[in-house]
Amino acid sequence: MVPFQHLPFIQYMTNHCSAAVVAPVLSDKKPRSRKGRKPQTLSKMAGADGDDSLYPIAVLIDELRNEDVQLRLNSIKKLSTIALALGVERTRTELLPFLTDTIYDEDEVLLALAEQLGNFTMLVGGPEYVHCLLPPLESLATVEETVVRDKAVESLRKISHEHSPVDLEVHFEPLVKRLASGDWFTSRTSACGLFSVCYPRVSSTVKAEIRQHFRTLCSDDTPMVRRAAASKLGEFAKVLELDYVKSDIISLFTALASDEQDSVRLLAVEACVSIATLLPQEDLETLVMPTLRQAAEDKSWRVRYMVADKFSELQKAVGPEITKNDLVPAFQNLLKDCEAEVRAAAANKVKEFCENLPEDSKETIIMSHILPCVKELVSDTNQHVKSALASVIMGLSTILGKDNTVEHLLPLFLAQLKDECPEVRLNIISNLDCVNEVIGIRQLSQSLLPAIVELAEDAKWRVRLAIIEYMPLLAGQLGVEFFDEKLNTLCMAWLVDHVYAIREAATCNLMKLVEKFGAEWAQNTIVPKVLGMANDPNYLHRMTTLFCINSLSEACGQEITTKQMLPVVLKMSNDQVANVRFNVAKSLQKIGPVLDSNALQTEVKPVLEKLATDQDMDVKYFAQEAISVLALA
Amino acid sequence: MSSDDSSSDTGKFLHPERKCKRREKNRVAAQKSRKKQTERADTLHQELQSLEHSNAAYEKEIAQLRLEVERYSSALKQHEPHCSVFSFSSPETPVLTMETTKLPPSSPSSPTTGFSVPSAEKVDGFPRRSMRRARQRRSHSSSQFRYQSSQVELTPLPLLKDAPVAELHDLFCKKLQQCCVLFDFLDCVADLKGKEIKRAALNELVESVATSRGILIEPLYPEAIKMISVNIFRTLPPSENPEFDPEEDEPTLEASWPHLQLVYEFFLRFLESPDFQPSMAKRYVDQKFVLQLLELFDSEDPREREYLKTILHRVYGKLLGLRAYIRKQINNIFLRFIYETEHFNGVAELLEILGSIINGFALPLKSEHKQFLVRVLIPLHTAKSLSIFHAQLAYCVVQFMEKDATVTEYIIRGLLKYWPKTCTQKEVMFLGEIEEILDVIEPSQFIRIQEPLFKQIAACISSPHFQVAERALYFWNNEYILSLIEENCQVILPLVFATLYRVSKEHWNQTIVSLIYNVLKTFMEMNSKLFDDLTASYKVEKQKELKRERERVELWRGLDEYQERRLQSLEEASRNQRNLQERPGPTQPDPELSSQPDPELSSNNST
Repeated sequence: MVPFQHLPFIQYMTNHCSAAVVAPVLSDKKPRSRKGRKPQTLSKMAGADGDDSLYPIAVLIDELRNEDVQLRLNSIKKLSTIALALGVERTRTELLPFLTDTIYDEDEVLLALAEQLGNFTMLVGGPEYVHCLLPPLESLATVEETVVRDKAVESLRKISHEHSPVDLEVHFEPLVKRLASGDWFTSRTSACGLFSVCYPRVSSTVKAEIRQHFRTLCSDDTPMVRRAAASKLGEFAKVLELDYVKSDIISLFTALASDEQDSVRLLAVEACVSIATLLPQEDLETLVMPTLRQAAEDKSWRVRYMVADKFSELQKAVGPEITKNDLVPAFQNLLKDCEAEVRAAAANKVKEFCENLPEDSKETIIMSHILPCVKELVSDTNQHVKSALASVIMGLSTILGKDNTVEHLLPLFLAQLKDECPEVRLNIISNLDCVNEVIGIRQLSQSLLPAIVELAEDAKWRVRLAIIEYMPLLAGQLGVEFFDEKLNTLCMAWLVDHVYAIREAATCNLMKLVEKFGAEWAQNTIVPKVLGMANDPNYLHRMTTLFCINSLSEACGQEITTKQMLPVVLKMSNDQVANVRFNVAKSLQKIGPVLDSNALQTEVKPVLEKLATDQDMDVKYFAQEAISVLALA
Repeated sequence: MSSDDSSSDTGKFLHPERKCKRREKNRVAAQKSRKKQTERADTLHQELQSLEHSNAAYEKEIAQLRLEVERYSSALKQHEPHCSVFSFSSPETPVLTMETTKLPPSSPSSPTTGFSVPSAEKVDGFPRRSMRRARQRRSHSSSQFRYQSSQVELTPLPLLKDAPVAELHDLFCKKLQQCCVLFDFLDCVADLKGKEIKRAALNELVESVATSRGILIEPLYPEAIKMISVNIFRTLPPSENPEFDPEEDEPTLEASWPHLQLVYEFFLRFLESPDFQPSMAKRYVDQKFVLQLLELFDSEDPREREYLKTILHRVYGKLLGLRAYIRKQINNIFLRFIYETEHFNGVAELLEILGSIINGFALPLKSEHKQFLVRVLIPLHTAKSLSIFHAQLAYCVVQFMEKDATVTEYIIRGLLKYWPKTCTQKEVMFLGEIEEILDVIEPSQFIRIQEPLFKQIAACISSPHFQVAERALYFWNNEYILSLIEENCQVILPLVFATLYRVSKEHWNQTIVSLIYNVLKTFMEMNSKLFDDLTASYKVEKQKELKRERERVELWRGLDEYQERRLQSLEEASRNQRNLQERPGPTQPDPELSSQPDPELSSNNST
């Protein structure tokens, strides 16, 4: 039975190893016999009691032994059902010990279990018994697989709130301590997430112990634990008394921020936001800023990226004075960083950063410090940087006002509208509304047009699709005349695009335009062209006519639909291609509600009846469907 | 294995034979590695020759350029007094004059440095990706080289081979310091002269370390390690392609490779030099150094990883004090790869090193090593990118088994736990690894795991993907495995029979069907009675299975009903209780109560 001669190893394996590998080895040859012990006693009890209330747990055990993981998973997911049926006492005395002792399984099953146990408080008899849930969750919190462990910690955090202060000290806190001093890194990482939930409600001696444990984990040997501690540092700081924040947290923060591994250092940046929020303004300079400055110039781009990514939060946390003196130059450096990733992250924050600058010096800072960097970014070599900038740069116009926008920003917009990368142009066009409010879109229209035309003819259909989606917005801002003159042809060209998604979007676009410009406009400009396509030699284009009619009929109203569209549709029912014919049936069904009953009876009905006897089964099907939906039978 | 020794004492026979087999394997492996070594030496020799050749060509070019420079600078000198443009720089500052005189580089003239650095960066305009190296230069601000590295102009030093013995070490040292200057390689035309000087110096250093004896004296160690650190340690740039797939995509190659390669080569020669003394090196090649070295394994450039692999191996071999630390850090890298990032380019290389490390473990295995097997190596099988390092991983696993047969059970159960659920490509890899393991398994260990193992094999045989089924069925072509199956036919046949029987009737792929017929035939020959019994009871078993399934469904239906009843009664009870409590007040209408059931109950109901 003993595979290894070294006792410590076995103990270690039994205590800590995620069970599936080890447990069967340590039991008898047949892995099941160990599981079998409990059910036997249970079934005896069941026999003695003579009621069927035990049969759920028998089912559970039976299902847990099922070789099919899916079935095991199902039974774990119904754990609450079983607990409910067992009643609170048996859940506590039988189900939970069983789960604690014998669950070693696929991670998927364990995950489901960890999740279930977070909602078990009522099922074990309410808050006074909630600590019964701790043993199974404790062992789940030491499992190797991260998702299981995280879920177990989440559940533990959840039920921690249901503990009374006494239970918290008697049951919960010892568990946290055990995890924090576990000898495999998994339990220690899990412990990191639990300190902050029990700290506020325990006595001061216990608090001191918790702080000590957290300190220890922050300087743990394994980087995984230090990462976990660093990621919880901010959260833990929030529940600590201010004095301890200053005495404990700051030193931990400084240490983590200069860790030898950049993956730890970058997490300290996140903590920086929370810590800076907690401290009074006068302490920030001495306690936080040296570290933050160091992080902004870290030799690892990942750390600098993190600073750029969190810049707005940092800015809010440290307040206007430090922002002016420290963050502005730091931000300039990030915008000029040598790694494109960092520049892109910083470029994304340009608008937010400028918005949140202190009122009194906002404009000067932007004009003299930020804008020069932005100008350089417009011609950056990396397209991600440019497109990140393009997605926010228009927002600057509202901050800077009309004159500055015209003088300084407009050239940048125009340059970006001519950028070689379609994404950049698209980002500019999609944010036109910001500029429209400040200077009116007319300023841009001359450059806008070539950009739109080029995007509209881009070789990538996704780019074409994206620009179509902005058409209604553009049409609204540019006005009907400009549209008729310059953009109408584009919209019609999309209808015969060789990609279906584009044709479909173009149809939808027409409907939105009609909603914007009205039925009369539609009748004069769009409808004739759409109906003209009904005679196209390409059946796909003929079908596009039908699709357009489907979406336009409602917006155009009864008059146009009956007088102009309906005849065309009816005529197409004689089309050679079956696809066109059954789309006629579908169209008729669609536009039927718009038509008056006279037209329906005299014109639509005969056509549909004819189509219902078509030799193609699809045509028949859709014709019959239309007849029944329109109630023409 | 011949069929006549199928008697009961096969196990005893097997033992010496298996040892032999293992020894044979080792011999082959050793031969292979020796052959590899000589091949490597050959290629290096060729490389050396070609490099020397190109070196001579460069030397010529330099001489020419030097002449040209001299011509221009004299012209400039003549022009300078009349020129207004250069008035801002004091006439003695050699702005454009190349330092052709062989000044000792340890005394960089500060005016030169003070001027040339800002000009080098500002003239360029906006920051480019190519400034990565420049950034790195700045990032070393804490080290003392900043001062040196900001000196962009290098001056060629006399050749080592021409130096008098007394000055040799001094010159060597100066060359090392010269090589601490970093260059921007993405801008391929920048500072060609400096690059060439550094390249020549590195070449000389490599050659001198490799060939001449007595060159490595103690004061050179810190200088050499400093030079290596400055050159190779850098934060790896973000991947150009975020969805980089090592199997499909071309890796991004390190731009500064022309220098970097020589630095690595120097490091390697340094470690391999007969003069190398670990007792001196350990002061400079410390834990921090090794940690940084390990982080470089994430490099996308396979050439760099190849060098790193050999170097780390040497470090592990020579610096005994670092061994435990190296193993621990590799552990951390793997665990991070498995559970946090799923991204690390050098897993295969690290595993390759580990393969030989495991080979050298002392027996009995320490618990630390077993822990590494169970908690790191086996979970590595879960990685998405397993195919890249599977061969190396399987090698490590088998090495463990060869060391200590008792770990077999952990390994097999671990693999079964992490058996791929949906990825058939990985499933085939797992089956391959299982076969490798079975190839060297002890019969006594086989008995311990045969049951779960053959359940999984049966599942693989019934896979609709024919490659999986085929790979599993190939086990029966392996003589050793076949002999193990034969010995334990009584247990294994009932486990796989139903599957074989069913799949032989159902599988779409004819190859599989015919393979299964062969397997069935083998079984029939092994134990015809058992085979007949199983064939006879197949239908009955099938019926029983169906019945069990029906019972199970029935059971759950009953349970659901039971829960329904329980829920209702509980709800009623709580309603009654509330009614009781509310009796003094105005009675609430019932519908409202039932529309707001106890939140706990309703949430359970929905789960």
